[in-house]
Amino acid sequence: MKSKLILKDGLIIDPARSIEVRGDVVIEGGKIIDSGPGAAASHSENADVVELNGMIITPGFIDMHCHLREPGFEDKETIKTGSLAAAAGGFTTICAMPNTQPPADSASTLSFIAQTSTRDSLVRVLPIGCVTAGRAGRELAPMIELAGAGAVGFSDDGSPVGDAWIMLRALEYSKPLGLPIINHCEDLSLVANGQMNEGKISTLLGIPGNPSISEEVMIARDTILAEYTGAWVHIAHISTAGGVEIVRQAKRRGVRVTAEATPHHLCLTEYAVMDYDSMARVNPPLRTQADIEALIEGLNDGTIDIIATDHAPHTADDKAQEFGLALPGISGFETALAVLLSLVHAGKIKMADLLYKMSAGPAAMLSSTGLKLGTLEKRAVADIAIIDPDHEWTVDSSVFLSKGKNSPFHGTRLKGKVKATIAGGKFVFNEIGKN
Amino acid sequence: MSNMEKERSELLTEESEQINWTKKHLLDIDDFSKAEFDLVLKTASAMKEILSRPIKKVPALRGKTIATLFYEPSTRTRGSFELAAKNLSADVINLTPASSSIVKGESLIDTLHTLQAMGVNAVVIRHSMAGAPYLAAKHARASIINAGDGWHAHPTQALLDMYTVYEQKKRLKDLKVVILGDSRHSRVARSNILGFTGVGAKVTLCGPLTLLPPSINYKYHPYPGIEIEPDIQKALNGADVVMVLRLQKERQHSGLMPDIREYKNHYQLNRQRFALAKPDAMLMHPGPVNENVEIEPELIRCPASVIDRQVANGIAVRMALLYLVIGGKNDEI
Repeated sequence: MKSKLILKDGLIIDPARSIEVRGDVVIEGGKIIDSGPGAAASHSENADVVELNGMIITPGFIDMHCHLREPGFEDKETIKTGSLAAAAGGFTTICAMPNTQPPADSASTLSFIAQTSTRDSLVRVLPIGCVTAGRAGRELAPMIELAGAGAVGFSDDGSPVGDAWIMLRALEYSKPLGLPIINHCEDLSLVANGQMNEGKISTLLGIPGNPSISEEVMIARDTILAEYTGAWVHIAHISTAGGVEIVRQAKRRGVRVTAEATPHHLCLTEYAVMDYDSMARVNPPLRTQADIEALIEGLNDGTIDIIATDHAPHTADDKAQEFGLALPGISGFETALAVLLSLVHAGKIKMADLLYKMSAGPAAMLSSTGLKLGTLEKRAVADIAIIDPDHEWTVDSSVFLSKGKNSPFHGTRLKGKVKATIAGGKFVFNEIGKN
Repeated sequence: MSNMEKERSELLTEESEQINWTKKHLLDIDDFSKAEFDLVLKTASAMKEILSRPIKKVPALRGKTIATLFYEPSTRTRGSFELAAKNLSADVINLTPASSSIVKGESLIDTLHTLQAMGVNAVVIRHSMAGAPYLAAKHARASIINAGDGWHAHPTQALLDMYTVYEQKKRLKDLKVVILGDSRHSRVARSNILGFTGVGAKVTLCGPLTLLPPSINYKYHPYPGIEIEPDIQKALNGADVVMVLRLQKERQHSGLMPDIREYKNHYQLNRQRFALAKPDAMLMHPGPVNENVEIEPELIRCPASVIDRQVANGIAVRMALLYLVIGGKNDEI
């Protein structure tokens, strides 16, 4: 085996440095040692060369929000299968939500996740710890201990931190740690039994609606609490136009708030639920075209900092039920980029901006790790995604590497695909040369 | 053909249009054409004639098997379907999964596979969850007939209501139909909105805003052409048909309304209020009635009330639908 790997003649897009140039990337010892036009020439000795013919070379994606289900729900996903799916989606760093069984509210569970990841995972897995013990929303989890065990943030995701007093204390307590409280923003009293967006379609289908105000009320509360404490709140999977506006106003006031949007909330509306398709059941629910436009505007003006998948694998049985009984969630790793590229192809967001929200943006949220992620500059970790933006393909969820085949995009024709993923200098996924 | 005969033979459509029934399932009436409504009402009319005979049984569905699968309690709808099937000489089996079995692990899909293995031709399904018949239709070779799913649809109820109104008024177009009460949680209301507006009637919803579909209250309006009138006197003024909905007991403490007393004071249909409707207005209720809650007891069997006729017509309409759905010659099974 040769000591160097050269990615030759690609379109290098490194949004962290605003670089977009045709050239080569040279990797050695798990790090990037050189890049740019003609970089390959001075490193041709002892090197494996991969010809890219203009495909995009960009930092590997970082997902701040996914569910790997292990420990506890290994029927849905394991760290191993989740990492395979992540690699196939171009992701090289993934942050696992703590709604496992047991929930990740102790150093011992984080240590299990770390050990299992070291053994089984192709990509970097960073754990998110619980905000409250057992995700029960009553007492704070030992956040200092969790941070010491590697937690990169805290969340009770799947459920909101419903009680305002507990949320206030969580923000105060976690503030010195410099890590975000990531809240699943839904006021459950307003969600009631809502199973899809409240609106025209829910009325026609007779499905109890979850109104956009359930999210907006919670985002308003959280930005007020963050402003009061000066602590960092991160809004998970923002889905409503009203929510985007509340975050925008809070940022203007200098509140320490960040926000993420998912590929499905950016690209699907409530119409995906027509015909009672349980694959399109997700929390928060798919909204309207007006909400999508607001999310895109939020991405473009910086209100929304990052894109996160909320990869939420489920078994076939979890989904093959009456809509009201089917579990919410979408298996998202393997379609994320291709789905989002539809926005680039439609001229709604620039390629480099999209890639920023999937790499440099989340990397900035992970500065606590001390790792140089989300860039292709010299000495950065060689985490790379290689993309063919023109490759057309049809989503077939039955061949997902994830155990979760639950995708509303099954059968959808998409343009653009991750062709290879390099993590720590090694290929963890490679379809270059394959159609 | 005289004008009168013409009107009789073409109930709703302006021009003579012969159509064949093409629907394998009856899940909703949201995609019915005027000609399809017409065909159902015409067929129901023929069935009603059969019901007037001393021997009310014809062999139209002899050798066919129909299963009723009710995940929610029901007396009249289930009984109506069973009688309808038996009048057509079909064999009927009744399955009543315990209501507690609508939990994870007891699968609707499993039950359908079982019924399929038994070779049933049609499954009449009632379920507390919207869309359950659609899930069933994806997994069954048998025809699925929706006998009510969650808040979504109750197509046979709407069709029998339309038939009952047509039978008396001889038209449906331009009639003012007032649906009074809790339409937010009502599949009967949703299906009747689609049915009556689908043939050109004018529908008004009346009730406290907390009991009307929320998207009608606010910015998204899924039913263009219907009127929302929270004032009961204005709503009833000039009505041709007043359809009173049952106020479910569980709404009392749901936070959606103060209490029964307040509801009765402001939204109960009483004689004084009903007098605001046209003199020949029809009074309807899908049943079962909560006496002296949504309706004053004296009105239930008043001359204007067609509540019992709705029940009788339900059998004729369901005979018509069973015949159309599984009585055709192109039966696959």
